[in-house]
Amino acid sequence: MRAAARRRRAQRRTAVAAVSTLVVLGALAAWILTAPGWPDVRDTFFSVHDFRASFPDVLRGFWLDVKLFVIVEAIVLVIGLSIALVRTTRTPALFPFRAIAVVFCDVMRGVPTILLVYLVGFGVLALSLKGLPTDPLVLGGAALALSYSAYVAEVYRSGIDSVHPTQMAGALALGLTRVQAMRHVIVPQAVRRVIPPLLNDFIALQKDVALISILGPAEAFRIAQIDAASNFVYTPLVSVALLYLCVTIPLARLVDHLQARSRRSRGGAVAL
Amino acid sequence: MSDVVLEVRGVTKAYGERPVLRGIDLAVREHGAIALIGASGSGKSTLLRCIDLLEDIDDGDVLLDGAVITDPSVDPIEVRRRLGMVFQAFNLFPHMTVLQNLVLAPVRAQGVGRLEAEERARELLTRFGLAGREHDFPDRLSGGQQQRVAIARALATRPRALLLDEITSALDPELVGEILQLVADLKGEGMTMLIATHEMGFAREVADEVCFLHDGAIVERGDPEHMFGSPEHPETQRFLRRLLDAGRL
Ligand SMILES: Nc1ncnc2c1ncn2[C@@H]1O[C@H](COP(=O)(O)OP(=O)(O)OP(=O)(O)O)[C@@H](O)[C@H]1O
Ligand SMILES: [Mg+2]
Repeated sequence: MRAAARRRRAQRRTAVAAVSTLVVLGALAAWILTAPGWPDVRDTFFSVHDFRASFPDVLRGFWLDVKLFVIVEAIVLVIGLSIALVRTTRTPALFPFRAIAVVFCDVMRGVPTILLVYLVGFGVLALSLKGLPTDPLVLGGAALALSYSAYVAEVYRSGIDSVHPTQMAGALALGLTRVQAMRHVIVPQAVRRVIPPLLNDFIALQKDVALISILGPAEAFRIAQIDAASNFVYTPLVSVALLYLCVTIPLARLVDHLQARSRRSRGGAVAL
Repeated sequence: MSDVVLEVRGVTKAYGERPVLRGIDLAVREHGAIALIGASGSGKSTLLRCIDLLEDIDDGDVLLDGAVITDPSVDPIEVRRRLGMVFQAFNLFPHMTVLQNLVLAPVRAQGVGRLEAEERARELLTRFGLAGREHDFPDRLSGGQQQRVAIARALATRPRALLLDEITSALDPELVGEILQLVADLKGEGMTMLIATHEMGFAREVADEVCFLHDGAIVERGDPEHMFGSPEHPETQRFLRRLLDAGRL
């Protein structure tokens, strides 16, 4: 009896949710489609013809974004961890490095990423220092790496701090050095705990790769922008947005999944 | 006295302004066991941590096999490799299997070959009734099993002496007996031990000497018979009476 009642209630709830969704979406669609500017917007933003024509170029540009993202992310993960580790050292001899790490994090997190891209991209270029690269792609990637390393270092640091001090005591008592204790005991636990926030930073970086367009490389947004500026067609911009969503939405779902899992498992650690 | 393994001479330690150890003297002989008893906050854990060089002392000396280990010129890592320590809260590494917990120190800190280390680890686990649990993660084990793994891990490095810090106080009462038995067996095999404990069973059945710590000083010491039969110091008497009233003696 109870079970049947509960099932009926569940069915009713599903039905209400479905109807309400239809009504809201329908109203929204009607509202937009009857707007006086809709035909114009449809032709400039949602033209199938323009989409077909521009998509291969946009996709090629997006591939550049993805490659840059992967390379920058790999660099960020390594530099971020290095900075976090430097900040956990105690040795007086390493004080200057600790100080540099603190200043680096404060400055890089305090300056808007887009400004960093400008400063590194155009500033370093203008300096024309010997030995420094001049490729805008490299400079833009470097700017992104600087900015995100600071964020990721803080994420790692919070993970390292969250490992209970008794773990360090346990490792030292076994005769491990501080470095061995970090490497085998503290950091592996810290990294497992910060995977969800790290993935959030992944998503942000994936989107911010578009910022290097201001330095000129033919990445997806840049290509679409040129199209928009010269032909007044905005459909390529929409296709770029869709391509971004194809990458960021799965990542976001993965983050949710991992977070739910780490909430379920004891001690907040994700067993991978 | 050539057979003294661990010696503490006039050790003092303060946290800020608050003195926690006020001139501790004790000597653990080879194959001997000393139990440190005393109220919560009397300094038992601090003393063990100082001996394992996890804390700096302010004054005095700790000697291992006749050599001072609290001198700044002594490498604490080297000392800790020769001592085993088990903590109240297990301190097992949750991201490693039981076997990985046991072989980490032999392989990384002592340079023992992995196969050899694993063989010894399996031996210890079998002896402690944990055969077949090598590949479980610690959180899959009961509290008593976890504590046995922790003791096995400390023994895996073949320590000269074992420091045990309240290894039963995080356990359910019915699990205390098995750990007590295990420690008594170790004593029977000749392990040298210094045991901080609230569990008078350790003091009675395992220890050769019982030291009563009060406010950072050993105010009375003697064999278990004396300490539990006819304690002389009023603080010892008061402490034991409290335990008796609480039904823990
Ligand atoms: N890191 C620390 N900083 C400051 N004070 C401390 C620290 N660790 C311990 N103490 C203080 O030192 C004193 C002795 O603590 P200790 O842990 O050695 O006592 P204990 O005898 O082991 O107690 P228990 O039986 O509760 O484990 C206590 O007053 C405690 O508050
Ligand atoms: Mg204690």
